[in-house]
Amino acid sequence: MTLNRWIAAIFLLICLIYGYTSYFVMDALLPPFMKQSPIWPSSFPKVLATLGILLSFIILLTPSSKDFEPGADDINYRRLGDYHLFQALGLLGLMVLYAFCLRPIGFLVSTVGFLVLSGYLLGERKLHLMIPIALITAVGVWYLVQQVLGIYLRPLPWFLGQGG
Amino acid sequence: MLEGLMQGLVTVFSFKMILMVVGGCLIGTFIGMLPGLGPMSIIAIMIPIAINLGDPSAALILLAGVYYGAIFGGSTSSILINAPGVASTVASSFDGFPLARSGKAGKALTVAAIASFAGGTIGALLLMVFAPMLASVALLFHSAEYFAMMVVGLSAIAAFAGTGQVAKALMMTVAGLMMATVGEAALFNAPRFTAGIMDLQSGLGFITLAMAMFALPEALYLVLDPKRSNTGGSGDGAIKDLRISKDEAKQIAPVIGRQSVQGFLIGVLPGAGATIASFLGYAVERNIATKEDQDQFGKGSIKGLAAPESANNAACTGSFVPLLTLGIPGSGTTAILLGALIALNVTPGPRLMVDQPEIFWGVIISMYIGNIVLLILNLPLIPYIAKILTVPRNYLIPFILFFTLMGVYIGQNNATELLILVALGIIATILRFADYPLAPLLIGFILGPMLENNFARSVQLYDGIGFIWQRPMTISLLVLAFILVFLPTYRARRARIRAQGVADGD
Repeated sequence: MTLNRWIAAIFLLICLIYGYTSYFVMDALLPPFMKQSPIWPSSFPKVLATLGILLSFIILLTPSSKDFEPGADDINYRRLGDYHLFQALGLLGLMVLYAFCLRPIGFLVSTVGFLVLSGYLLGERKLHLMIPIALITAVGVWYLVQQVLGIYLRPLPWFLGQGG
Repeated sequence: MLEGLMQGLVTVFSFKMILMVVGGCLIGTFIGMLPGLGPMSIIAIMIPIAINLGDPSAALILLAGVYYGAIFGGSTSSILINAPGVASTVASSFDGFPLARSGKAGKALTVAAIASFAGGTIGALLLMVFAPMLASVALLFHSAEYFAMMVVGLSAIAAFAGTGQVAKALMMTVAGLMMATVGEAALFNAPRFTAGIMDLQSGLGFITLAMAMFALPEALYLVLDPKRSNTGGSGDGAIKDLRISKDEAKQIAPVIGRQSVQGFLIGVLPGAGATIASFLGYAVERNIATKEDQDQFGKGSIKGLAAPESANNAACTGSFVPLLTLGIPGSGTTAILLGALIALNVTPGPRLMVDQPEIFWGVIISMYIGNIVLLILNLPLIPYIAKILTVPRNYLIPFILFFTLMGVYIGQNNATELLILVALGIIATILRFADYPLAPLLIGFILGPMLENNFARSVQLYDGIGFIWQRPMTISLLVLAFILVFLPTYRARRARIRAQGVADGD
């Protein structure tokens, strides 16, 4: 089965869960006075679930000749190993790490860390260049966001106070 | 109309607004040149800043400037290094890059600048004339028709997706609509599909979704395949000669005229947008050119460059017609703009021209100024602009990712949203691997609440779904939606059967 169909199959599953929730769970929880209304919170989701199930069946059942073949310039998912998959996964990991670090260790450290580490991951070894650039960006963005736009961003780690 | 126009002039000709236009164009051009950041991502990044300006006209003018700048900047990178930063400038690289390679980079950029300027300006003129007309028609619309219109818009988006893609695009639209039902619905006062997760109570953030659908997959593609950001060789000396001869000007003038009008009309259609306008413009001009000219297409024809450039700029302007007058975004980019408008407490639609004329006309006037600013910007700065393209990939990608994260964090001020962004971004990348179009998902997500509210209101008014056949306009619009979805499939099938027949006959 191609990725195309896997996606349609997963979508079908999601639609079934979504449909079950809207047809049974939501209606059971509906307060009695709402039952008088011609439209219920579940009405629109019911239509969507039905449509979604229909469409995923169409994609699942259309002849395979129409399956997508990646073009020369496109990424061929069947040969993902040929691409820089580990760099991509590493960067995603760094993004998750950034999300967890942003609050406790502050914006400035997290941002400099993120920029330098992701640059390093991509093969950049000129740290004497990368670190100052990351620092200037972090301070510049922090200044713009908190001082100019007035959106609070804790700049420093938790043990150094609230900052700003 | 004149009174509104004057009000718009007064709004725009203040120091602050001019600063917004110039600033927006500059930011858009510079970021748009970086491969991987299209107008959609740039606008999404700029939204928190725009919303914090507080003034809806200033915000919208800034975002409109960014939009033009991004389209324009995208053409620069697609001409110079064959790296279209934006889907709508892909067609520009067909002839622009061969021109640049044959040492006419300066000329190519000049043609692009003039064609974009003309396209944008003619588009703005047409918008000025047609928008009030469309808006007065739109005033006749009730919630039943709005519901039907949105169904037409969503079907058009799916129908323009290309052969064999309609079902996929529709599936993505339904996925977007389903995502829009997560959270507390204004209509029912009860949370839906939150699975008990507190962070989903207020629904998914649209900036998060926009970033996850566009900026993140593009960045991941750049990481996975370094060839995509390959900055080819373009000698500095090649960019020197900017002049176009009289003969060449004569050649491209009718092309620009035709494509500005055609591009605008395509831009008005919900779902078509600048990408389709540019491809169609290129195809049409190639078909109607003389035999000798036709052979030049793809090898460095200035006509082949002028056509998509003027068409995509006119279409960008055209896509503002349904956005401003009906509140229906014609493209992913205008869908993001719509989200920004709603966040700024502006309800686009037929009442916008009456209730807030300064916003409506201010945007139109700013389009003219934006176009002039872009022309002034691009011509003398061409050699310097090109330098930015040499930012190494090792710096470019971390910065794209950082600005994506920042955009989401500033918008929601919630670190959980960053995790949702990463998760959705991975899903979007996988969808892109299988060539599922992502724009319909975002458009469905943004139109979802409006679609449901109008549907619910009509059901309440008519005590059932009787409004569908009781209101002639509603039923005609729904029939149109049906035709839009099924016509491409039907034609593709017929063509296939015919092709099979021919093969069998042989």
